[in-house]
Amino acid sequence: MISVAAIFDTSVSLALGILSLSFLVTIYRIVKGPTLPDRILGLDMLVAIAIGFIAVIGIKTGYTLYVDVAIALGLVGFLATVAFARFVLSRGKTEDDILTEAREAASQARREAKVAKRPGQGGATTHATATPAGTGNSSGRQDHE
Amino acid sequence: MNDILTLISAALLVIGSFFALVASIGLLRLPDLYTRMHAASKAGTMGACLMLIALAIHASDVGTMSRALAGVVFFLLTAPVSSHLLAKAAYSVGYRLHSISVMDEMKREDEIQ
Repeated sequence: MISVAAIFDTSVSLALGILSLSFLVTIYRIVKGPTLPDRILGLDMLVAIAIGFIAVIGIKTGYTLYVDVAIALGLVGFLATVAFARFVLSRGKTEDDILTEAREAASQARREAKVAKRPGQGGATTHATATPAGTGNSSGRQDHE
Repeated sequence: MNDILTLISAALLVIGSFFALVASIGLLRLPDLYTRMHAASKAGTMGACLMLIALAIHASDVGTMSRALAGVVFFLLTAPVSSHLLAKAAYSVGYRLHSISVMDEMKREDEIQ
């Protein structure tokens, strides 16, 4: 007959292992996640897994002050998700929109550079038209990053 | 009696961590944001709540138990709100559903082909 304490210790270790695995899988989704909302969702999931970790550690060590930490972490995770959702809403464009804008700005800059080069002379005017197009292009890239 | 409570709490721990694992596998495998959200916000919340209930059962004093249950209630209240807000924001900004989705009830009339 296996003792109850042995079963309990085994299940605590098993729970810690499974939680670590799901933590790693969620982190993979956050790193890979193609869009910003995917990453926000991964962050939400990380908070849930961290609360689970806190519960298991609280049971394992008997140090029940961790429950307060879990409640505070839940509050912070909720507020972070709400704030990120407001940010997604106020940004108002998806990653595809930003990529399209950057590509359009780049092709626009290329077209202007070609038009400016064709007359041959007038180096000062060429510079003046090429510079704003170049800055527009680079700011589009920054948006994307 | 004490042994039974310990066994129940051990079982809840394993079940809760299994739910968390299922949620993260869903986060990894499902095709688009909205289906991933369905995995994370339901199974993930369930896993965290089960583990907090295990802590409440295992705790010997009433204070710890009531705080753990308050955490469960708080988590059950906030998780749907935050994921619904995120889904609404993402949809209204224009993140599309995956192409294998069969139904989009929020699609505007002039976009239906």
